[in-house]
Amino acid sequence: MKRLPQAALLPDGRRLHLQDGPIDLIVEAKGKEADVRAAYQAAVHRFTGLLDELCEELAELRQAAAPARRALNGVVARRMHAAVAPFAADCFITPMAAVAGAVAEEILGAMLGVAQLTRAYVNNGGDIALHLGGDETFTVGLMDRPDSHGLLRTMMIRAEDPIRGIATSGRHGRSFSLGIADAVTVLAQTASQADAAATIIGNAVDLPGHTAIVRVPANELQPDSDLGARLVTREVGALTEAEVEDALEAGSACARKLLAAGLIEGAALRLCGETVVVETRGIESRSPQAVRGDAPGSLMHA
Amino acid sequence: MVTEATSAAIGDKIRCDACPVMCYIKPGAAGACDRYANHDGQLVRVDPHIVLEQTVSHGGRLVPFQATGDWDGKIVHEPSIVVTAIGAGTTYPDYKPAPFIVSSEIDGVDMVTVVTEGIFSYCGVKVKIDTDRYLGPETATVRAQGEAVGHVTTSEYGSQMLSLGGVHHLTGGSKKEGRVTCDALMDLSNCNPVELTIDGGATVVVQAGCAPIVNGVAEERMRVGCGSATIGMFAKQWQGKVDEVVVVDDHITGVLSEHQAGKLLDIPDTGIKMKGRRSTPGRYFQVAEPGTGWGGTRISDPLSVLGPFDPKTARPGMTMLMVSTTGEHAAYYELDAALRPVEKQMPLDLKLSVERIQENCEPALCTVLFMGGAGGSLRAGVTDNPVRLTRSVKDALTRVTSGGAPVYVWPGGGITFMVDVTQMPAGAFGYVPTPALVAPIEFTLKLSDYAALGGHMDFVRPLASLRDSAEIRPMPYLPGRRA
Repeated sequence: MKRLPQAALLPDGRRLHLQDGPIDLIVEAKGKEADVRAAYQAAVHRFTGLLDELCEELAELRQAAAPARRALNGVVARRMHAAVAPFAADCFITPMAAVAGAVAEEILGAMLGVAQLTRAYVNNGGDIALHLGGDETFTVGLMDRPDSHGLLRTMMIRAEDPIRGIATSGRHGRSFSLGIADAVTVLAQTASQADAAATIIGNAVDLPGHTAIVRVPANELQPDSDLGARLVTREVGALTEAEVEDALEAGSACARKLLAAGLIEGAALRLCGETVVVETRGIESRSPQAVRGDAPGSLMHA
Repeated sequence: MVTEATSAAIGDKIRCDACPVMCYIKPGAAGACDRYANHDGQLVRVDPHIVLEQTVSHGGRLVPFQATGDWDGKIVHEPSIVVTAIGAGTTYPDYKPAPFIVSSEIDGVDMVTVVTEGIFSYCGVKVKIDTDRYLGPETATVRAQGEAVGHVTTSEYGSQMLSLGGVHHLTGGSKKEGRVTCDALMDLSNCNPVELTIDGGATVVVQAGCAPIVNGVAEERMRVGCGSATIGMFAKQWQGKVDEVVVVDDHITGVLSEHQAGKLLDIPDTGIKMKGRRSTPGRYFQVAEPGTGWGGTRISDPLSVLGPFDPKTARPGMTMLMVSTTGEHAAYYELDAALRPVEKQMPLDLKLSVERIQENCEPALCTVLFMGGAGGSLRAGVTDNPVRLTRSVKDALTRVTSGGAPVYVWPGGGITFMVDVTQMPAGAFGYVPTPALVAPIEFTLKLSDYAALGGHMDFVRPLASLRDSAEIRPMPYLPGRRA
């Protein structure tokens, strides 16, 4: 019996929900009705078996990436490796850091291969692959917490911007973080690049050795984690304003470096109610009227 | 809990094979998907289970429901997949093949499940309300929103029965009567609360699986037995602790010293004089009008059921316990010099006996059985020779379920069945404006038997094909209602 993914339109009748194992995708395409239908069919078709494909090389994908290309076969696996390779020389990173973005890209690619779409996105648990044509725009909203109302700020991406990938990493997500950031949202040219960079910047937002930070070996939480015995953040106790600033500055420094290297287009870093935005190259970024008392106090434009 | 995934244990970790990631999961932790977790060494799903999850509709929508706990009578025997009729859709009249005729192998025998949603204009609910309080006279009209939706039927042990719905109220009365009846039946069948008023009786809020609320008061317990039975059960425990016990009951009030149980224990006469009609020694009918007071009677002062004590037998200082059949009401008395009972603080050991009565009373519940007849055209959706389906059900070759829940099929003609609505998935019932109720019904039988009874063999689809079906209709998902 071949395992089939779950595929269903959401109750709004517009968006497609795809799920298989740990992969959860929300897909939306805009275009002629026939194109949208064809795109969704292509998405389901490409998604079917994708997880199996990845799992065939899972052991390899969980190994630290080498700067030189590894012998990976799958197109998604190779994309994952390519996304993390620029960081592999300087730090530990595995292709798994880009899995969500790489899958989102793959599904979006399958849709665009069969249909003319004016606008489309594949959202893989917050890691988003985008397609924008003509005058279409995509507005990214940043929230403080999933359970709070209102957006901290929004960023509008236009078709002429080079951004086609958005990813968020942080210690509250499903994957572990070596850093302490609540969230790092990265805009990049592709979703897999954004995914990998968000992981790297998220890890950089840190206060090494701080006693208020509880860290646990990743494999004690998830025996087969690609992070092995590396310490991942479980708990962040009370930090002083200066400490929060220091940690965010460490992350911003990393983000600026990636920006200069052309690996990202921009980033927003958040820790303990403070937000730092790293140059988003003219991306229209605004904070709506403060929604909470502790809304962004210092917006440092680096 | 239904789990389609299996696991292998490695130390205290388990390995999940729900998907090819094959996570090792530690106790108390979840896998990469956050859907499966290791709960004390058992692999369990932690998200609401979607029964048709593997029966995926591509481009359509799913019909999710929370699988009920322990049900073992799988309709389609393939790990974790139960195809229910909910959302299967149907046509009316039912001359088209039922929406899903699913085949699957059970122990090497091809089995067919015909899944349809029946439209039942001949249907209703039988409601059992655990209470001794008086709800209304037999045959009295039961109303919802002022419209007649049914009637009070016979009392059963410790319970009042209502018969609601039926074709007469659904289609035989005014339009409004039909609509209100249909709404009431659907709400009751979907385990929602419905307020019912009984002509010449009480107002009761009925919700399947919950305690009835009679005239605004939630019923707590069923009576332990009638007054006479209570005497029989507790006589020994009262012996030597009190001279007289009266168990006040709307049906049969019991008196310890006169009752056979008291006689056997040589409990002396007390000169007590009961009102009401004596049935046999120590057992009295009609000591008071029925009501919502003591023991299902109207009284709030239990002494009102007594006449004056006989001065030839009674003596000052004699003690008496009066208690209702649920133990909810109890009082303790001593006779004064004029042989009048005066209420006193109840001794501890008698208090304990009252608590024992309470303890032996089961929680009062409302239960709702949906009853419908699939004897008519619905059968034509299953076979082109409808009567053979009926015979096949009678011969126990075909198993009938409703929303996956076991049903009782009445003997005699047609396929008239009853099902406990609490055993069915949430939101199982719908309606059509006829008005009539739409209820799921599944027939499961051997493929060869199905062919023999004139089944729509051209329409039999392998279970796997439902995965690609876009015919599955959305159903409202009501999370967390059932176990």
